[in-house]
Amino acid sequence: MDAVFSNFDEVLKAFGLTLGLFVVSGIGSLIWGTVLAVFRVGPVSVLNKVAACYVTLFRNTPLLMIFIFMAIAMPRLGYTFNFIEDVSIGGWQVSGFFFRSCLALTLYTSAFVCEAIRSGVNAVDLGQAEASRAIGLTFNQSMRLVVLPQALRAVVPPLTSVQVALAKNTSVAAAFGIAEATATMRGLVNQNGDQLYGIFIAFAIGYIIIVEAISFSSYAIERRLKVAR
Amino acid sequence: MSASVLFDAPGPRARARQRIYSVLSALAVVAVLAFAVWRLYDRGQLEYSLWEPFLTPDYIRYILVDGLVKTLQMAFFSIIFAVVFGLVFGVGKLSDRRFIRWVSWLVVEFFRAVPVLLLMVFLFFLLSIGDKPLSPFWCVVIALTLYNGSVLAEVFRAGVNAVPTGQSEAAYAIGMRKTQVMVTVLLPQAVKIMLPTIISQMVVALKDTSLGYYITAPGLTAVGKPIYLEFKNQVPVAIVITAIYIAVNLLLTLIAIKVQKRLVGEKEMLQVSMVGTGPDESKTI
Repeated sequence: MDAVFSNFDEVLKAFGLTLGLFVVSGIGSLIWGTVLAVFRVGPVSVLNKVAACYVTLFRNTPLLMIFIFMAIAMPRLGYTFNFIEDVSIGGWQVSGFFFRSCLALTLYTSAFVCEAIRSGVNAVDLGQAEASRAIGLTFNQSMRLVVLPQALRAVVPPLTSVQVALAKNTSVAAAFGIAEATATMRGLVNQNGDQLYGIFIAFAIGYIIIVEAISFSSYAIERRLKVAR
Repeated sequence: MSASVLFDAPGPRARARQRIYSVLSALAVVAVLAFAVWRLYDRGQLEYSLWEPFLTPDYIRYILVDGLVKTLQMAFFSIIFAVVFGLVFGVGKLSDRRFIRWVSWLVVEFFRAVPVLLLMVFLFFLLSIGDKPLSPFWCVVIALTLYNGSVLAEVFRAGVNAVPTGQSEAAYAIGMRKTQVMVTVLLPQAVKIMLPTIISQMVVALKDTSLGYYITAPGLTAVGKPIYLEFKNQVPVAIVITAIYIAVNLLLTLIAIKVQKRLVGEKEMLQVSMVGTGPDESKTI
């Protein structure tokens, strides 16, 4: 454990980067995944099929391959995303690598977000919509008052699993030169081979804290949204 | 689209509007695809010389034998071991002894919350680097076994709990002991419910074998590197390797659906996403 404590600021920075990847691609995947889900449940059949194809393709592709696309194949096509390096948020320079990692994580996770949201919409009973039409609610009203609240509530647990998976998947960025937690652990072990167990336990605990924090906050949200059945 | 919670059956005007949207979005999709192909062509990525390795028997053999077969082997071994691991700890979580329950819970929770890659790196340093006994291949297998085993432990538990309680009551009533009830009554039925889930968990394992790239294990992702380093054909390599992964995974998914129809009937599959939290668990088929 010595190596962890003597390099504690480095470890914290690494987990900061992990959290950064998680937050940015978490928000990105929620947005893009919702768009895909709207395509999938919407009435336009072409978009329906396109979104279904997207989900099938990305769900069956290893995340690492998407990273390889972003890191190795895209530059050959002239997309380096280096323009992003001119952006700085609160004095912190965004690196091109960071942006590409977020893009890969977002594209991958969106497929799962889409499926989670779609299953939530499908979980609402058809009779509910019929009943709301029967009592004269307009489309907007039945959406706002009947369908969406139930769909959202049903969606919290699966979305949590997806976001927890995302938090753990940020570790894949290690293979592409991002000094996030997993890469930092590898570096520390390289220098202090005799403290392998301590370093591993410390980093594992770091990840467990992140995962538990996500689970607990989602549990709180779920409880607030809970409707008696 | 006939019965949806979100929309009523469309009338003539809505149908006309939807047709317009369909045409517009089809055009947009075609435009995007055309742009992608044009971009590939424009950057010279469609040249024959870049794609030639995938038509050369030596390279095909290299990709299939050193890549695909190794990947499948890793996935196969890790699922087999994961089933054993899952059985032990899934049953352990159902044990009447508090100590066994706690230990099983701790093990399962730990390996589910830690990223597979972190585990792989740890095992790589522990067992593989230098003159240690195991190859990176087995480090990948062990890491995936621990992770998928923990997921399957939860599935097993859910599967055992899904067997109607009357069955174990009846088994106790005819004088079976606890172990007998578990082994001869509950587990066989739980396994039957679980089999499709195990197969689709294999897709997860297969995808995760690619992470072995980081610890120099063999596999599909690993064979890509020497090829693109030699031919500078990064884009074709990425496309071909991804296509192989997708094809194999779709095949596994198909098998899972077949098995489910055979064994479970048209009933919903045991949803892994409902029992745990981990990557790709929302694998619905």
